[in-house]
Amino acid sequence: MQCEECGKKPATVHIIKIENGAKTDMHLCEQCAIEKNPINLKANFSVQDLVAGLLKSGNKGPFKVDIVHEAKCNVCGLTYSKFKAAGKFGCSNCYKVFGDRLNPLFKKLHGNIIHTGKLPNKAGSKIKLVREIEKLKQELNTAVMNEEYEKAADIRDKVRELNSMEQEEHNGQLD
Amino acid sequence: MGSWIKDDGPNNNIVLSSRVRLARNLSNVPFPAMLTKESSSDVIEKIYDEEMRNGVFKEYKFYNMQDTGFVDRYALVERHLISPNLAAQNSIGAVLISNDEDVSIMLNEEDHIRIQAVLPGLQIKEAWNIASSIDDKIESKVDYAFDDRLGYLTSCPTNVGTGIRASVMIHLPGLNLSSNINKILQAVMQVGLTIRGFYGEGTEFIGNIFQISNQITLGRSEEETVDNLTGITEQILNKEKEARGLLFDNNRIMLEDKVWRAWGLMTNARSISGQESMKLLSEIRLGIDMGILKRIPVSVLNKIMVDTNNASLQKSAAKELNTPERDILRAEEIRKLLMQ
Repeated sequence: MQCEECGKKPATVHIIKIENGAKTDMHLCEQCAIEKNPINLKANFSVQDLVAGLLKSGNKGPFKVDIVHEAKCNVCGLTYSKFKAAGKFGCSNCYKVFGDRLNPLFKKLHGNIIHTGKLPNKAGSKIKLVREIEKLKQELNTAVMNEEYEKAADIRDKVRELNSMEQEEHNGQLD
Repeated sequence: MGSWIKDDGPNNNIVLSSRVRLARNLSNVPFPAMLTKESSSDVIEKIYDEEMRNGVFKEYKFYNMQDTGFVDRYALVERHLISPNLAAQNSIGAVLISNDEDVSIMLNEEDHIRIQAVLPGLQIKEAWNIASSIDDKIESKVDYAFDDRLGYLTSCPTNVGTGIRASVMIHLPGLNLSSNINKILQAVMQVGLTIRGFYGEGTEFIGNIFQISNQITLGRSEEETVDNLTGITEQILNKEKEARGLLFDNNRIMLEDKVWRAWGLMTNARSISGQESMKLLSEIRLGIDMGILKRIPVSVLNKIMVDTNNASLQKSAAKELNTPERDILRAEEIRKLLMQ
């Protein structure tokens, strides 16, 4: 394999960069890995230094370098470890970036991971429909348990109606 | 002056006030702690623009913290209109206060928007209705940071979801005198509620006054939160009534002695600290409720509680006062209020 950067020399360094869960692979030659490394770190002890060190250590390539960047919010710049230390988010986008790894925290603080309260009037009609369907399903269960079959049939029809509305909305969004 | 200070409310002899606070943020704007001074004034401008100034907020006063002096800021804290946190955050924060002082909307505190409504006595649901309707009005104007799964997104993960903090300020001298207070407080904490001091988070307990509030904001609706706190408050209220009744029946002389001594000190002292006056005020409140002392309007008692604090005293004196000067003025004000 040739170097992706200069296209001349053989690629002997394989760099895997993981940033916010997204993985990028790079195959570079020794020189490009040192000089034209696309990862710009300003710290003294940089990736370049590390790679150079490895190359100088006398090991014969090709060898692999894994670069793992921790989750960092692309809007406010808060890293996950900083969030963990301070306990406060920097912006609403942090919730998206840190994603599911926040669930244990929510579980510990609230015992739950899903919001069931007020919705802004602007919130999508879809989420309101889903809520309504969930509520009716619970009512349906109670009706069946109480052997109120006529009532149950009515609720079931309503659930069907709402389900098809939700499906339509879903299809509408796909168009 | 807010209605919780000057008016009667349901169960006012024990529950001093009910408060609901909603935390909201603008979408696509970093939370206040990450804002530059410039972008923080953009946040204020977005919520308090020309249209809102002449519409929703027509009956509101606006205070920018950076243009509000130290004493004035802390006088707002003493009237429970802003948090100590906002008063300290004097470079980017602001507040909108309704003319009746029942509603205040803090801007750039921990979150972009914090709506609070306070009412006298046990009226948590009513306070929620007020806060929620203002929330709707602000939402029609701006885009909130909201997630279908997580609800309203907040700076602190303890508020995510509904962003609601419902609380009652409750006066429990009977449970304290009968040494039952710790038992009650522990039970309260086990059912997902928190207990805080007089001025909120991180403040101390003074004058037998406790603030009890919900802790959970994710996976529980606002109505459930409000009903839950109302139900628990009613139980504590009944326990307090029971304790007061037992004290009156079994330790009447001790109780009367305490109340009359408090009355004697409060109506005669020539210098008194804030701490001591809060303790004595608690005993006077109890004495009035038990029929030991003549009835005094709740507004007078609450004025003593609010207006004789350090910043409010200096505001009314229109000058800075050192501690001995404040204690003298406080004693004077209390005598005036109680003897009128």
